[in-house]
Amino acid sequence: MNVLDNALGVHAQALNMRSQRMELLARNIANADTPNFKARDIDFKQVMQQTQDTAMTTTQAGHIAQGEAAADKGVMYRTPFNTAFDGNTVELHVEQAKYGKSAADYQATLNFLEQRVSGIRKALRGD
Amino acid sequence: MALDQIFGIAGSALNAQSVRMNTIASNLANAGTVAGTDQDAFRAKRTVFKAIMDQQGSPQDSSYQGGIKVQEISNDPSPVRRLLDPGNPLADKDGYVYTSNVNEMGEMVDMMAASRSYQNNVEVINTARQLMMRTLEITKA
Repeated sequence: MNVLDNALGVHAQALNMRSQRMELLARNIANADTPNFKARDIDFKQVMQQTQDTAMTTTQAGHIAQGEAAADKGVMYRTPFNTAFDGNTVELHVEQAKYGKSAADYQATLNFLEQRVSGIRKALRGD
Repeated sequence: MALDQIFGIAGSALNAQSVRMNTIASNLANAGTVAGTDQDAFRAKRTVFKAIMDQQGSPQDSSYQGGIKVQEISNDPSPVRRLLDPGNPLADKDGYVYTSNVNEMGEMVDMMAASRSYQNNVEVINTARQLMMRTLEITKA
Protein backbone atom coordinates (compact mmCIF):
# COMPACT_ATOMS: atom_id res chain seq x y z
CA MET A 1 0.00 0.00 0.00
CA ASN A 2 2.96 2.31 0.62
CA VAL A 3 3.60 2.45 -3.10
CA LEU A 4 0.11 3.68 -3.79
CA ASP A 5 0.21 6.19 -0.91
CA ASN A 6 3.32 7.83 -2.31
CA ALA A 7 2.22 7.56 -5.93
CA LEU A 8 0.02 10.63 -5.71
CA GLY A 9 2.86 12.69 -4.24
CA VAL A 10 2.14 16.10 -2.81
CA HIS A 11 -0.84 16.57 -5.07
CA ALA A 12 -3.35 14.87 -2.80
CA GLN A 13 -2.47 17.25 0.03
CA ALA A 14 -2.31 20.17 -2.36
CA LEU A 15 -5.85 19.44 -3.56
CA ASN A 16 -7.04 19.42 0.03
CA MET A 17 -5.37 22.76 0.75
CA ARG A 18 -6.74 24.27 -2.44
CA SER A 19 -10.32 23.30 -1.63
CA GLN A 20 -9.91 24.72 1.89
CA ARG A 21 -8.66 27.97 0.41
CA MET A 22 -11.68 28.08 -1.93
CA GLU A 23 -13.97 27.62 1.06
CA LEU A 24 -12.36 30.59 2.82
CA LEU A 25 -12.73 32.75 -0.28
CA ALA A 26 -16.38 31.69 -0.59
CA ARG A 27 -16.87 32.80 3.01
CA ASN A 28 -15.39 36.18 2.17
CA ILE A 29 -17.67 36.62 -0.86
CA ALA A 30 -20.75 35.53 1.12
CA ASN A 31 -19.95 38.07 3.83
CA ALA A 32 -19.18 40.96 1.48
CA ASP A 33 -21.98 43.03 3.08
CA THR A 34 -21.59 41.96 6.71
CA PRO A 35 -20.54 44.79 9.04
CA ASN A 36 -17.23 44.20 10.87
CA PHE A 37 -16.44 41.02 8.94
CA LYS A 38 -12.72 40.53 8.39
CA ALA A 39 -11.62 38.80 5.18
CA ARG A 40 -9.28 35.83 5.61
CA ASP A 41 -7.03 33.86 3.32
CA ILE A 42 -4.53 31.00 3.40
CA ASP A 43 -0.88 31.49 2.45
CA PHE A 44 -0.73 28.37 0.27
CA LYS A 45 3.05 28.37 -0.20
CA GLN A 46 3.72 28.65 3.52
CA VAL A 47 1.29 25.88 4.47
CA MET A 48 2.66 23.50 1.83
CA GLN A 49 6.16 24.26 3.06
CA GLN A 50 5.14 23.43 6.63
CA THR A 51 3.54 20.19 5.48
CA GLN A 52 6.73 19.20 3.69
CA ASP A 53 8.95 20.14 6.62
CA THR A 54 6.96 18.20 9.18
CA ALA A 55 6.70 15.09 6.99
CA MET A 56 8.26 12.24 8.94
CA THR A 57 9.89 9.02 7.88
CA THR A 58 8.10 5.87 8.94
CA THR A 59 10.22 3.14 10.43
CA GLN A 60 7.53 1.01 12.08
CA ALA A 61 4.30 -0.43 10.77
CA GLY A 62 2.20 1.60 13.23
CA HIS A 63 3.63 4.98 12.24
CA ILE A 64 1.51 7.50 10.46
CA ALA A 65 2.98 8.23 7.05
CA GLN A 66 2.80 11.99 6.68
CA GLY A 67 1.67 14.95 8.74
CA GLU A 68 -1.69 16.24 7.55
CA ALA A 69 -1.73 19.95 6.97
CA ALA A 70 -3.66 21.42 9.89
CA ALA A 71 -6.84 23.03 8.64
CA ASP A 72 -6.51 26.41 10.31
CA LYS A 73 -2.75 26.71 9.95
CA GLY A 74 -1.62 29.62 7.83
CA VAL A 75 -5.03 31.31 7.89
CA MET A 76 -4.45 35.03 8.07
CA TYR A 77 -6.48 38.21 7.92
CA ARG A 78 -6.27 40.12 4.70
CA THR A 79 -4.95 43.69 4.59
CA PRO A 80 -7.46 45.67 2.50
CA PHE A 81 -6.46 48.26 -0.08
CA ASN A 82 -9.10 50.62 1.28
CA THR A 83 -10.92 50.46 4.57
CA ALA A 84 -14.70 50.59 4.71
CA PHE A 85 -16.83 52.60 7.15
CA ASP A 86 -18.60 49.54 8.52
CA GLY A 87 -15.37 47.73 9.46
CA ASN A 88 -15.73 45.18 6.67
CA THR A 89 -12.43 44.31 4.97
CA VAL A 90 -13.89 42.29 2.06
CA GLU A 91 -13.12 43.83 -1.32
CA LEU A 92 -15.47 41.97 -3.59
CA HIS A 93 -13.53 42.27 -6.83
CA VAL A 94 -10.28 41.24 -5.19
CA GLU A 95 -12.02 38.20 -3.74
CA GLN A 96 -13.63 37.34 -7.09
CA ALA A 97 -10.27 37.50 -8.83
CA LYS A 98 -8.69 35.32 -6.17
CA TYR A 99 -11.57 32.84 -6.31
CA GLY A 100 -11.18 32.55 -10.09
CA LYS A 101 -7.43 32.06 -9.83
CA SER A 102 -7.93 29.55 -7.06
CA ALA A 103 -10.40 27.57 -9.21
CA ALA A 104 -7.77 27.44 -11.97
CA ASP A 105 -5.14 26.29 -9.46
CA TYR A 106 -7.50 23.58 -8.28
CA GLN A 107 -7.91 22.33 -11.84
CA ALA A 108 -4.14 22.37 -12.34
CA THR A 109 -3.64 20.19 -9.27
CA LEU A 110 -6.46 17.99 -10.51
CA ASN A 111 -4.66 17.57 -13.84
CA PHE A 112 -1.47 16.46 -12.08
CA LEU A 113 -3.49 13.95 -10.07
CA GLU A 114 -5.19 12.65 -13.21
CA GLN A 115 -1.79 12.07 -14.80
CA ARG A 116 -0.64 10.13 -11.76
CA VAL A 117 -3.78 8.03 -11.74
CA SER A 118 -3.54 7.23 -15.45
CA GLY A 119 0.14 6.36 -14.97
CA ILE A 120 -0.72 3.86 -12.25
CA ARG A 121 -3.51 2.46 -14.37
CA LYS A 122 -1.16 1.96 -17.32
CA ALA A 123 1.37 0.21 -15.10
CA LEU A 124 -1.30 -2.10 -13.72
CA ARG A 125 -2.74 -2.95 -17.11
CA GLY A 126 0.66 -3.55 -18.65
CA ASP A 127 -0.30 -2.71 -22.19
CA MET B 1 -14.49 18.28 2.26
CA ALA B 2 -14.19 21.97 1.90
CA LEU B 3 -15.93 22.11 -1.49
CA ASP B 4 -19.12 20.79 0.15
CA GLN B 5 -19.04 23.71 2.56
CA ILE B 6 -19.08 26.22 -0.28
CA PHE B 7 -22.63 25.19 -1.18
CA GLY B 8 -23.83 25.87 2.36
CA ILE B 9 -21.96 29.16 2.67
CA ALA B 10 -23.01 30.57 -0.71
CA GLY B 11 -26.55 29.22 -0.14
CA SER B 12 -26.84 31.12 3.14
CA ALA B 13 -25.68 34.24 1.28
CA LEU B 14 -28.34 33.73 -1.40
CA ASN B 15 -30.95 33.49 1.34
CA ALA B 16 -29.71 36.64 3.10
CA GLN B 17 -29.56 38.65 -0.11
CA SER B 18 -33.07 37.59 -1.12
CA VAL B 19 -34.38 38.69 2.28
CA ARG B 20 -32.65 42.02 1.64
CA MET B 21 -34.29 42.31 -1.79
CA ASN B 22 -37.68 41.45 -0.27
CA THR B 23 -37.23 44.20 2.30
CA ILE B 24 -36.30 46.72 -0.39
CA ALA B 25 -39.35 45.72 -2.45
CA SER B 26 -41.52 46.29 0.61
CA ASN B 27 -39.91 49.70 1.19
CA LEU B 28 -40.49 50.75 -2.42
CA ALA B 29 -44.09 49.52 -2.35
CA ASN B 30 -44.77 51.55 0.79
CA ALA B 31 -42.86 54.65 -0.31
CA GLY B 32 -46.03 56.58 -1.14
CA THR B 33 -48.11 55.71 1.92
CA VAL B 34 -49.27 58.40 4.31
CA ALA B 35 -50.47 58.18 7.91
CA GLY B 36 -52.37 60.42 10.31
CA THR B 37 -49.76 60.42 13.09
CA ASP B 38 -45.98 60.44 13.33
CA GLN B 39 -45.91 56.99 14.98
CA ASP B 40 -48.11 55.35 12.33
CA ALA B 41 -46.00 56.57 9.39
CA PHE B 42 -44.16 53.83 7.50
CA ARG B 43 -40.47 53.53 8.38
CA ALA B 44 -38.04 52.06 5.85
CA LYS B 45 -36.84 48.60 6.91
CA ARG B 46 -33.14 47.74 7.00
CA THR B 47 -31.69 44.22 7.07
CA VAL B 48 -28.72 43.73 9.39
CA PHE B 49 -26.34 40.94 8.35
CA LYS B 50 -24.20 38.87 10.64
CA ALA B 51 -21.56 36.22 9.92
CA ILE B 52 -22.31 32.70 11.17
CA MET B 53 -19.19 32.06 13.21
CA ASP B 54 -17.46 28.75 13.73
CA GLN B 55 -18.55 27.70 17.20
CA GLN B 56 -22.12 28.88 16.88
CA GLY B 57 -25.38 26.97 16.73
CA SER B 58 -26.09 23.26 16.72
CA PRO B 59 -23.98 20.69 14.83
CA GLN B 60 -26.55 20.29 12.05
CA ASP B 61 -25.90 23.93 11.10
CA SER B 62 -22.25 23.10 10.49
CA SER B 63 -22.66 23.26 6.70
CA TYR B 64 -23.46 26.96 7.03
CA GLN B 65 -20.41 27.79 9.15
CA GLY B 66 -18.69 30.87 7.82
CA GLY B 67 -21.87 31.84 5.98
CA ILE B 68 -24.19 34.71 6.68
CA LYS B 69 -27.56 35.23 8.30
CA VAL B 70 -30.03 38.08 8.76
CA GLN B 71 -29.64 39.11 12.36
CA GLU B 72 -32.55 41.52 12.49
CA ILE B 73 -34.72 43.80 10.39
CA SER B 74 -34.70 47.24 11.95
CA ASN B 75 -36.45 50.52 11.22
CA ASP B 76 -34.62 53.36 9.53
CA PRO B 77 -34.24 56.05 12.25
CA SER B 78 -34.34 59.01 9.87
CA PRO B 79 -37.32 61.38 10.45
CA VAL B 80 -40.58 61.11 8.50
CA ARG B 81 -41.76 64.03 6.41
CA ARG B 82 -44.80 66.10 7.36
CA LEU B 83 -46.94 67.36 4.49
CA LEU B 84 -49.75 69.91 4.55
CA ASP B 85 -52.72 68.19 2.89
CA PRO B 86 -55.96 69.31 4.59
CA GLY B 87 -58.11 67.52 1.97
CA ASN B 88 -56.75 64.10 2.94
CA PRO B 89 -59.18 62.12 5.15
CA LEU B 90 -56.15 60.93 7.20
CA ALA B 91 -54.96 64.48 7.98
CA ASP B 92 -54.65 65.47 11.67
CA LYS B 93 -56.39 68.48 13.21
CA ASP B 94 -53.80 70.89 11.78
CA GLY B 95 -54.21 69.41 8.27
CA TYR B 96 -50.90 67.51 8.15
CA VAL B 97 -50.24 63.96 6.95
CA TYR B 98 -47.05 62.00 7.65
CA THR B 99 -45.33 60.30 4.73
CA SER B 100 -42.84 57.44 4.90
CA ASN B 101 -39.11 58.10 5.27
CA VAL B 102 -38.25 55.85 2.28
CA ASN B 103 -35.59 57.29 0.00
CA GLU B 104 -36.51 55.74 -3.35
CA MET B 105 -33.20 56.51 -5.06
CA GLY B 106 -31.27 54.98 -2.18
CA GLU B 107 -33.50 51.90 -2.25
CA MET B 108 -32.93 51.42 -5.99
CA VAL B 109 -29.16 51.57 -5.50
CA ASP B 110 -29.40 49.13 -2.60
CA MET B 111 -31.49 46.80 -4.78
CA MET B 112 -28.77 46.78 -7.44
CA ALA B 113 -26.11 46.05 -4.84
CA ALA B 114 -28.19 43.17 -3.45
CA SER B 115 -28.81 41.65 -6.87
CA ARG B 116 -25.12 41.87 -7.75
CA SER B 117 -24.22 40.14 -4.49
CA TYR B 118 -26.79 37.44 -5.30
CA GLN B 119 -25.25 36.90 -8.76
CA ASN B 120 -21.76 36.69 -7.26
CA ASN B 121 -22.80 33.90 -4.97
CA VAL B 122 -24.53 32.03 -7.80
CA GLU B 123 -21.22 32.17 -9.68
CA VAL B 124 -19.40 30.85 -6.64
CA ILE B 125 -21.77 27.88 -6.51
CA ASN B 126 -21.40 27.22 -10.24
CA THR B 127 -17.61 27.19 -10.06
CA ALA B 128 -17.59 24.90 -7.02
CA ARG B 129 -20.01 22.52 -8.74
CA GLN B 130 -17.89 22.35 -11.90
CA LEU B 131 -14.78 21.61 -9.85
CA MET B 132 -16.62 18.89 -7.95
CA MET B 133 -17.75 17.23 -11.17
CA ARG B 134 -14.20 17.35 -12.51
CA THR B 135 -12.91 15.81 -9.31
CA LEU B 136 -15.33 12.93 -9.76
CA GLU B 137 -14.01 12.37 -13.28
CA ILE B 138 -10.53 11.66 -11.93
CA THR B 139 -11.46 8.00 -11.78
CA LYS B 140 -11.84 7.91 -15.58
CA ALA B 141 -8.30 9.22 -16.16
